[in-house]
Amino acid sequence: MTKITDLGVIETLEGLKSKEFSSEEVVSEYLKLIQSDSKLNAYIHFNGEKSLLEAKKSDQRRANNNSLPLDGLPIAVKDIFCVAGEKTSACSKILENFIPDYESTVTSKLWQAGGIYIGKTSMDEFAMGSSNETSYFGEVINPWSSDGDALVPGGSSGGSASAVAAKMAPIALGTDTGGSIRQPASFCGAVGIKPTYGRCSRWGIIAFASSLDQAGPITRSVKDSAVILQNMAGFDTMDSTSADIKVPDFINSCSKPIKGMKIGIPEEYRLDGLANDVQNVWESGIKWLKEAGAEIIDVTLPHTKYALPTYYIVAPAEASANLARYDGVKYGYRSENIKDLEDMYSQTRAEGFGAEVKRRILIGTYVLSAGYYDAYYLRAQKVRTKIVEDFTMAFNKCDAILTPTTPTGAFKIGEKNIDPVTMYMNDVFTVPASLAGLPAISIPSGLDAKGCPLGLQLIGKGFDEETIFSIGSILEESANFKNI
Amino acid sequence: MSLDKSTLKRVAYLARIKIDNSEIDKMTEELNNIMKWVEKLNEVDIEDVQPMTGVSSMTLREREDKVTDGGLEDKILSNAPEKIDGSFTVPKVIE
Amino acid sequence: MREPIKLKGETGTWEMVIGLEIHAQVKCKSKLFSGSATDFGASPNSQVSYVDAAMPGMLPVINSEAVNQAIKTGHALNAKINNVSIFDRKNYFYPDLPQGYQISQFKSPIVGEGWVIVDLGKGETKKIGIERLHLEQDAGKLMHDQHPKLSLVDLNRSGIPLMEIVSMPDMRDWEEAGAYLRKLRSIVRYIGSCDGNMDEGSLRCDANISVRRPGEEFGTRCELKNINSVKYMMKAVEYEAYRQIEIIEGGGKVLQQTRLYDPNKNETRSMRSKEEAHDYRYFPDPDLLPLHISAERIEKFKQELPELSDQKRERFQSEYGLSFYDADVLTADKKHADFFEVVSKNRDAKFVANWIITNFFAMLNEVEKSIENSPVKADQLGELFDLIQDGTVSGRTAKEVFEEMFTNGGSALEIVKSKGLKQISNTDELEDMVKKIIDDNQEQVNKYRSGNEKLFGWFVGQAMKNTGGTANPKVVNEILLKLLKG
Repeated sequence: MTKITDLGVIETLEGLKSKEFSSEEVVSEYLKLIQSDSKLNAYIHFNGEKSLLEAKKSDQRRANNNSLPLDGLPIAVKDIFCVAGEKTSACSKILENFIPDYESTVTSKLWQAGGIYIGKTSMDEFAMGSSNETSYFGEVINPWSSDGDALVPGGSSGGSASAVAAKMAPIALGTDTGGSIRQPASFCGAVGIKPTYGRCSRWGIIAFASSLDQAGPITRSVKDSAVILQNMAGFDTMDSTSADIKVPDFINSCSKPIKGMKIGIPEEYRLDGLANDVQNVWESGIKWLKEAGAEIIDVTLPHTKYALPTYYIVAPAEASANLARYDGVKYGYRSENIKDLEDMYSQTRAEGFGAEVKRRILIGTYVLSAGYYDAYYLRAQKVRTKIVEDFTMAFNKCDAILTPTTPTGAFKIGEKNIDPVTMYMNDVFTVPASLAGLPAISIPSGLDAKGCPLGLQLIGKGFDEETIFSIGSILEESANFKNI
Repeated sequence: MSLDKSTLKRVAYLARIKIDNSEIDKMTEELNNIMKWVEKLNEVDIEDVQPMTGVSSMTLREREDKVTDGGLEDKILSNAPEKIDGSFTVPKVIE
Repeated sequence: MREPIKLKGETGTWEMVIGLEIHAQVKCKSKLFSGSATDFGASPNSQVSYVDAAMPGMLPVINSEAVNQAIKTGHALNAKINNVSIFDRKNYFYPDLPQGYQISQFKSPIVGEGWVIVDLGKGETKKIGIERLHLEQDAGKLMHDQHPKLSLVDLNRSGIPLMEIVSMPDMRDWEEAGAYLRKLRSIVRYIGSCDGNMDEGSLRCDANISVRRPGEEFGTRCELKNINSVKYMMKAVEYEAYRQIEIIEGGGKVLQQTRLYDPNKNETRSMRSKEEAHDYRYFPDPDLLPLHISAERIEKFKQELPELSDQKRERFQSEYGLSFYDADVLTADKKHADFFEVVSKNRDAKFVANWIITNFFAMLNEVEKSIENSPVKADQLGELFDLIQDGTVSGRTAKEVFEEMFTNGGSALEIVKSKGLKQISNTDELEDMVKKIIDDNQEQVNKYRSGNEKLFGWFVGQAMKNTGGTANPKVVNEILLKLLKG
């Protein structure tokens, strides 16, 4: 018999609907795994009592025949979403004991749809990282690691991807600023979608880079992602950048044929020295889509190689201001070691932030400072315009763009955190869509030389998640990727 | 443009992050490597290009002028590291 | 033409160059980017939302009324309203700034260049340029004297909408600067975009000042921060100008710095804590999109703009035939002008204007009351004027009645009745009385008739005395003239 925790979102909801099992049973099963996890460190916090209480309420609703769309479904939440009454720290010491009294719009919508909070997943501190190694609560392990060879789950939503891949959650929420949903999903063999900027409200999500941050689900299938995104997305008057655009039927789009669709292949993503395994998976993807009746065309995104440096100016600049509120006055950590006001600031922030966060705050401060603004920040925002124009041109010719999600599969813990730039290169394929605010999904499509998952990325036009769900479903079916 | 130690100190002061003298050399080098890498952007012709000011082409939405919030002093202060009589406190500010 | 005040130094004459930055609290119910209240004097942190406290994950949403008020004010300053403006983050650390940045407008403000005409007395005016007006958030408040080692932080003011109005460096002495500040206060009060209350900090002023030899290039300027009255601003400018002259004449150089004016000592001093490395790192706030204002919206507020003091003064002169002085006094404050217009309706406007300025305003001044708090309302004062006009009371008695109304309340008519102050205008009644005076004082009558016409006044006085001042002097005069002729 299949275990409850082997079921994805849709299967779990079907089981709950047919009363095969109760939400209380589902939640208990997941809680058991979370409590006994000594290997992955995917979760940093959970509240079994609250989860079980909510599960019982959900079962009651089902018994009364007034169930909600996601009723009884356990949902893991990246520690960057404010969940009322639960510790929310963005995995930083500076927010270690912060308990918000408010609920992020996205999680609030999911609870209103009947979803059950199951726990907080680990992440890179303030979502700054690509390996989950910068979390204040320790590294997270990729469930694909073999004995004695611990691999990173990717980042920054590493805890979420690891939890979903290890069947410790049917779905986990992530956020993506430069690849933080797609890259860990790719490393862990999960599906992860970053919707169009403005599709999901950012209200109540701890900000990293406001013009880039977007929430999205990490799941075990494309359709599962569609179901969750359907319930997360939508206009929010509390977020000035939220789009007042109707949310289409994502679930329906997962079963639409792709015959005649034009898929763009950007030549610039064929990096010098792109690993064979990655190249092969990409070729397979192209072949599968062709077989499904799509037309493959070459497109050009000439400014691709400038996307990463642009990102590493824009994102730190925004972060340097977004993280200025962590000053030891209103909430969070304040250093004990202070004599005066200046100490309160500089000592608190020196002790409260980790090395990567400090590095990015310093870069961000530098590129905005007098004498450097034009040379760095302004120039980067202009290059960003060129990157957006590249996509606009490309999308005149195609319906979606297919690329690898990452230049390599999961790497070993400690392997790439020696030099920041080497680490940053992980996001080379995911960052361009982020800068342009476009929707992008990563679908597990094959294995690397080590036998670890590799994802393919589909980038869609703005507010056209439907197309990438349709194409993504075909890729998923053809790849026939089996989770561990 | 290279980022020297004195610039790093100034930036760290602006960002209010204390840096130990022992860290300065390493950090200067690290940040310099990053800044050298991003200088690749100098290759791009940005003449007559408008900088991005918002990802979407939407315009700013405005809200009605109504009092809908406040009266939360307990909740506002509940996470404060230090507080007295309904106020946050900080080491005395000398103006 | 009025010449600006020049200052005499040891080595010659100096000229001042002054520009003002005014921070005006925008009249709105709620804050610029959140829904908490803006009332003055609430208990600490009771008017604070999660947005104002910069809790993690909070986002700003702009208040439409603040935008409207900025547009109106822009029109009143004869300024260009920009179709697109951008909100920036101004980054610095201070305990009253919970976000670690202030949301302001830097490169693209909502309102561009404009001008105002200021009155310099004796009908003299000067045009002062406006550089810009932008919207920004106010900071919270620090309290330093409640604890020996700590400062307390109250965020009630955090996020309150402010308009920063920056003038061109067009003012040449403190009189001009004072006139400009008064003019701006009058304008924002006229259009209702700010209550203009400097005591409560709704209107604050920073002054940029430098000195130079007449006709030479601008000198190095100093910024005087947070001045909260017109009088202090003028004194601060004067002190600061002399300080700079002394430095230059002593062979020194004026340092560009931010200084604080101490009204108790009447001096300015350098703000050391804010002196270090200003670098605000402005950049567009990614939480807010560019603010677009339609041409229709701009035009709508232009059409709806109320009559401002200059236009009102001109209208008072032409419509009511008032002098420049009277019209100017009455229109300096819209509430005064409105009061006058209510009282003068269907009455002798010149008489009303004169009476209000000399008697009513004097009384308000004496008891330090504003016109809204006056115990005598416009309709009550009108009633008194009607009694003067129809001869019920004399002008002199009217003042007595007004004082009674002002201190103890009651209507003019009631006071006149209860105190028996009604003027006697009945000719028969007065004629009997006057006859009696003439009969009783034959000696005086003879003197008058033999040419001592000065004695006429003595007879009037007797008549007034006999009636307790209530006799209508005009009627008394007529009767006396008739009867004394013999």
